[in-house]
Amino acid sequence: MTQPKIKKQLRLLIFSVVGMFGFGFALVPLYDVFCDITGLNGKDYSRATAVPMSSIDESRTVKVEFVTYLNKKLPWQFKPEIRSIELHPGERYQVSFVAINQSDQDTFGRAVPSITPGYGAQYLVKTECFCFQEQMLAANEEAMMPLIFYIDPNIPADISTLTLAYTLFKNEPTEVAMR
Amino acid sequence: MSEIQLKDNADKTILDAPAITTHIDHHSAPHGYKRWLFSTNHKDIGTLYLWFSLTMFFIGGAMAMIIRAELFQPGLQLIEPNFFNQMTTSHGLIMVFGAVMPAFVGLANWMLPLMIGAPDMALPRMNNWSFWILPFAFSLLLLSLFTEGGGPNFGWTFYPPLSTQYSPDSTAMFVFSIHLMGISSIMGAINVIVTIFNMRAPGMTLMKMPMFVWTWLITAFLLIAVMPVLAGAVTMILTDKYFGTSFFDAAGGGDPVLFQHVFWFFGHPEVYIMILPSFGIISAIIPTFARKQLFGYHSMVYATASIAILSFTVWAHHMFTVGLPLAAELFFMYCTMLISVPTGVKIFNWIATLWRGSITFEVPMLFSLAFIVLFTIGGFSGLMLAITPADFQYHDTYFVVAHFHYVLVTGAVFSIMAAAYYWLPKWTGYMFNEKLGKWHFWCSLISVNLLFFPMHFLGLAGMPRRIPDYALQFADINKIVSIGGFLFGLSQLIFVAVVVMAVRGGKKAPAKPWEGAEGLEWTVPSPAPYHTFDTPPEVK
Repeated sequence: MTQPKIKKQLRLLIFSVVGMFGFGFALVPLYDVFCDITGLNGKDYSRATAVPMSSIDESRTVKVEFVTYLNKKLPWQFKPEIRSIELHPGERYQVSFVAINQSDQDTFGRAVPSITPGYGAQYLVKTECFCFQEQMLAANEEAMMPLIFYIDPNIPADISTLTLAYTLFKNEPTEVAMR
Repeated sequence: MSEIQLKDNADKTILDAPAITTHIDHHSAPHGYKRWLFSTNHKDIGTLYLWFSLTMFFIGGAMAMIIRAELFQPGLQLIEPNFFNQMTTSHGLIMVFGAVMPAFVGLANWMLPLMIGAPDMALPRMNNWSFWILPFAFSLLLLSLFTEGGGPNFGWTFYPPLSTQYSPDSTAMFVFSIHLMGISSIMGAINVIVTIFNMRAPGMTLMKMPMFVWTWLITAFLLIAVMPVLAGAVTMILTDKYFGTSFFDAAGGGDPVLFQHVFWFFGHPEVYIMILPSFGIISAIIPTFARKQLFGYHSMVYATASIAILSFTVWAHHMFTVGLPLAAELFFMYCTMLISVPTGVKIFNWIATLWRGSITFEVPMLFSLAFIVLFTIGGFSGLMLAITPADFQYHDTYFVVAHFHYVLVTGAVFSIMAAAYYWLPKWTGYMFNEKLGKWHFWCSLISVNLLFFPMHFLGLAGMPRRIPDYALQFADINKIVSIGGFLFGLSQLIFVAVVVMAVRGGKKAPAKPWEGAEGLEWTVPSPAPYHTFDTPPEVK
């Protein structure tokens, strides 16, 4: 029961506490890396791709549903042209989303996609998407925002429906720049 | 020299306690408020913790009464939905961090040094600090209820965006009170570990320690591993809400689901923090009143350690419906079910201890027996919830509420009651009123089942949790549940009466009031003198 021994244990324990506090924060980047590698979580990490078109699988169809959400802070209307479509895997398709700025101010928005089920996210390949860039709508402007995509024919047989959800957020940094 | 036997180890150990000293301490204890405010005495601090915990138990209980009164019949009668949400949130936070955890720390403070033959905790000043932080932490939390916009209303799990975008202005008070609670329990845990590693009496090897000491040692390591993660989670909520970060905000590239992972990485070990010390208490009481050695001491130690380690691999079973991939759902389902193996080892060991024992039914034993049966019911409903596809039905219903109240009320709280009755003669020096204690037990047992058992049916029928109003078909069962709730609340007043009467006086308790009790704490007189084991006893 010597004092130095207690001090050493105390140091070790306090070090563990600080370490675990750091670990809590380390979970944030770890989580992103984990989702990126495994493609889980429906996070859509795809960038614009121009891969050679693979053959169209005529034997089956996959239903793609389009869902849109608006963040409260954005005074826009935002809707897909169509609610859903049945596609053969490999078939290229273009869909447009209608966005209307209902305010009297120029506003910047950014769409964040999410795909359900999560493990199907990697099979929805976008070749062109408005979500790749920030969108600007002038006061009361209306715009058609195009999305071109196809479904990777390697999509597992048990996925019959993919839901693509876009949430439009007000882009804050630009808002600061506009002031 | 008195010879007593330590029971908890497989091979009987003969113990040489030094001539028991009944001296009143030489450097006289300070009196009045200073005795409590500046105390570094493990018994005083233990007492403070226990009274604090009892106070919080009644404050959290009063909130539960408000909740049950509102749910007595469908429709909104008494309170606003927003206030209802504040009640469910505060009830959860206060019961977890204010009632159950401090009660265990109080028991650890009182009993660990006595059980391992140490004169005090290893770090007595830190001990004082870790207690006195708590009243401030909970004042902060309770005061937030009186601010404009109200207190925390996002559930004790504070999922964003409820706790960030939609939370009241008082959220910072909630965050800082959680920080303080975390600091307090981390300091308590450090103290327990250092005490157990350095202050054991000569001859008390690790595998001769009483089970309560073992379970607390493992609990303390769990606390050190996960309380900092909780502190990190609340800090991220704080910065998301007030400083423009986006850890959990999708608009800034964050992810609200990440919060659930971080929270439950803390949250699941936390539920074992609240039950492992119970296992230690029950492992002390059952052998005493069965008059047999604890069956399978070694397997008890290993089972406790396995539960603690496995508790880090099951967190996502709280979030099966969040959209996990199949592989993850299976992994967390199997790991969760795996925990029932070491838990089963414990239950069977207790039953084996009872087998052919010479059993008597004093109040601590009654609570312990009820613990075994009712905790097992809670364990089984936990297994049902572990089945991923079934969980999709049970998730966020009253079935979950029933499950965790069975493990926390009839589990953790009942074990704390058992411990209080078991060691009350040692603390006060007087035997408590056995008759009144039995009244407390039977009233609690009946009302607690009236309160929580029908909740299973409500949940299976689809009643969601955390709602102030419900569909008409749930009316009858909710009425029964509310009546059970009021009765359970009233029954706890009997407990206060028993404790107050035992503090004031009664039949003098001998050093060892329970015939079958064994262990170092029974070698010191009752009430335990202010300073004990100045000369360490020798354990052979």
